[in-house]
Amino acid sequence: MSGTQQSTVRPAWLGRPHPAVSAAKAVAIAVILLLVAIPFWLIIATSISPDAQVTANGGWSLWPKSIDLHAYADVLNGGVIGHAVLVSATVTLLGTLLSLASTILLAYALSRPNVLGARPVLLAILFTFLFPAGMIPSFLIVTDLKLTDHLASLFLPVMINVFNLVVMRGFFQGIPEELYEAARLDGAGELRTLLRIVLPLSKAVIAVVGLYYAVAYWNDYFRAMLYLNNSSADHLPLSTILRDYLTSTNAQNQTGEALLTNAPQKTIAALIVMGVVPIAAAFPFLQRFFTKGVLTGAVKS
Amino acid sequence: MAVDVTGRASRRRPATARPTPVRASWRTRLNRDKVLWLMMAPGIAYFAVFQYAAQLGNVIAFKDYVPFIGINGSAWVGLQNFTTLFHDPAFWHAVANSLELAGLQLVFFFPVPLALALLLHSLTRAWVRKLVVSVVYLPHFISWVIVAGLFVQVLGPDGMVNGLVTGGGHQHLVNVFGDPAMFKPMMIVELIWKDCGWGTIIFLAALYQVDDSLYEAVSLDGAGWGRRHWHVTLPSIRPVIVLLLILRVGDILSVGFDQVMQQRASFGPQASEVIDTYIYYHGVQDGNFSTGAVAGLFKGVVALILVLAANKIAHKLGEQGIYQ
Repeated sequence: MSGTQQSTVRPAWLGRPHPAVSAAKAVAIAVILLLVAIPFWLIIATSISPDAQVTANGGWSLWPKSIDLHAYADVLNGGVIGHAVLVSATVTLLGTLLSLASTILLAYALSRPNVLGARPVLLAILFTFLFPAGMIPSFLIVTDLKLTDHLASLFLPVMINVFNLVVMRGFFQGIPEELYEAARLDGAGELRTLLRIVLPLSKAVIAVVGLYYAVAYWNDYFRAMLYLNNSSADHLPLSTILRDYLTSTNAQNQTGEALLTNAPQKTIAALIVMGVVPIAAAFPFLQRFFTKGVLTGAVKS
Repeated sequence: MAVDVTGRASRRRPATARPTPVRASWRTRLNRDKVLWLMMAPGIAYFAVFQYAAQLGNVIAFKDYVPFIGINGSAWVGLQNFTTLFHDPAFWHAVANSLELAGLQLVFFFPVPLALALLLHSLTRAWVRKLVVSVVYLPHFISWVIVAGLFVQVLGPDGMVNGLVTGGGHQHLVNVFGDPAMFKPMMIVELIWKDCGWGTIIFLAALYQVDDSLYEAVSLDGAGWGRRHWHVTLPSIRPVIVLLLILRVGDILSVGFDQVMQQRASFGPQASEVIDTYIYYHGVQDGNFSTGAVAGLFKGVVALILVLAANKIAHKLGEQGIYQ
């Protein structure tokens, strides 16, 4: 994980492992990897298998006999899904930018020492972590602000996450004070210090917190159920529509669109793949930041 | 080790870091800090509106709230909503369900990430460890909507396991979905699949902070695997375990709303009702906003008390807890 512990050298005190123990570990690791991988593989294989093969199996396929992408074409030509991908992408992009910017600014100001009145602000914010506004109070304020059936209702009510704020602030506090001092002596103001000194040193935490926000926005199905009640299906995000398809056994879905295909599970598999792909694609790039970004911010020993 | 939320660290900073001494007049300090206040403004506005102003909406717990009339126009009814809610068997069913799920999670989920972390930590080949870690982190970032969908594809009536067992036949021998008795076990299995990998991250970090010389010392004293972990590993990561337990206590009544929301179609509203789904379906969907608000307040206050109490107990036991 973190740099110095990557050594492959076996410490002398550990002694040689018993072969049976090593074998058991290898088996355990293989089983764990398979348990995680198989559902993903199943979904991908099902979504690209020919209709006949999927139906013959009763709704699944582990190995496509030939590649058939028409489920994706169907889903994207259907209109609703195409719009849903756009809605989700917009909300994820706008929401993440807004959340990151406001979190960084707030975390930076709260990380500076002796700021007049900052302590009560910090405590008031932390209290909302222990006692957050519930579903109904949030619903009422969003209604009062006339945000219902507006795209902003999907990100404004959850703009800043206290946990992310604490992680970010902890990371900023870990930056050596000498750097702030040097910036000040060079005549840099707070904004300049933040942009030129702090942000370049904080790539890891920004990547991780950004990922948290982006994933939360991309995966969110519930705010749309709560706040986009009167919107047409064209305005619903992908997660909400996916949930409709997955949980409505008798085609009673909010989108009002029946799944007109011979192999509904194949279509559903294609939808699931589309929900996973952006996250799985971003994952390898961000994962090297996890340990550094998550732990230096949140955990102080 | 604790989440640093109190800002003690920042107070210990050398005074040279900021030009103006603490004792300067507030006017001077405000002038010095005005840029920082501008930076905080959007964040403060967010918390003021969507947390603090929103909390004022809880006033409808004492009113007969009718959306059409609005909060101000609705009539005061005293504690009538409280009486209604606390006499509703469906609410207590949801509470009991939430508690039972939380208990099951504590017993059957909580130790799994720790066990997995120990396994990962014991791998001496870095590339194997990195590979496994990357793979097991991924499901955490997949939404519950999709995880529930994956499980139906694997274990559902038309799923892969059923197909393999029946040899491609169209009977439904394996169908864990649809049987209300399977709701709670499936909740645990899904949770383990999704989050036990990610749950290792904090344990792994704690494990790497354990001084290797301690292991060396007990090994020279002849300690084997079991004693090594009992005498070195567990005491070293105890603060993390306590921290996570306290946070979990505060979540007892929430038990994964997003997860439960995906099970309703499979297991029915009766088996899968928890407090939050009660608030959504009974309060928002059926328009009983006032009793829903009472249920929300009940949940919030109980959770707050539980966290404070758990933290206090942790202090009594000599642990740091989540705050001082």
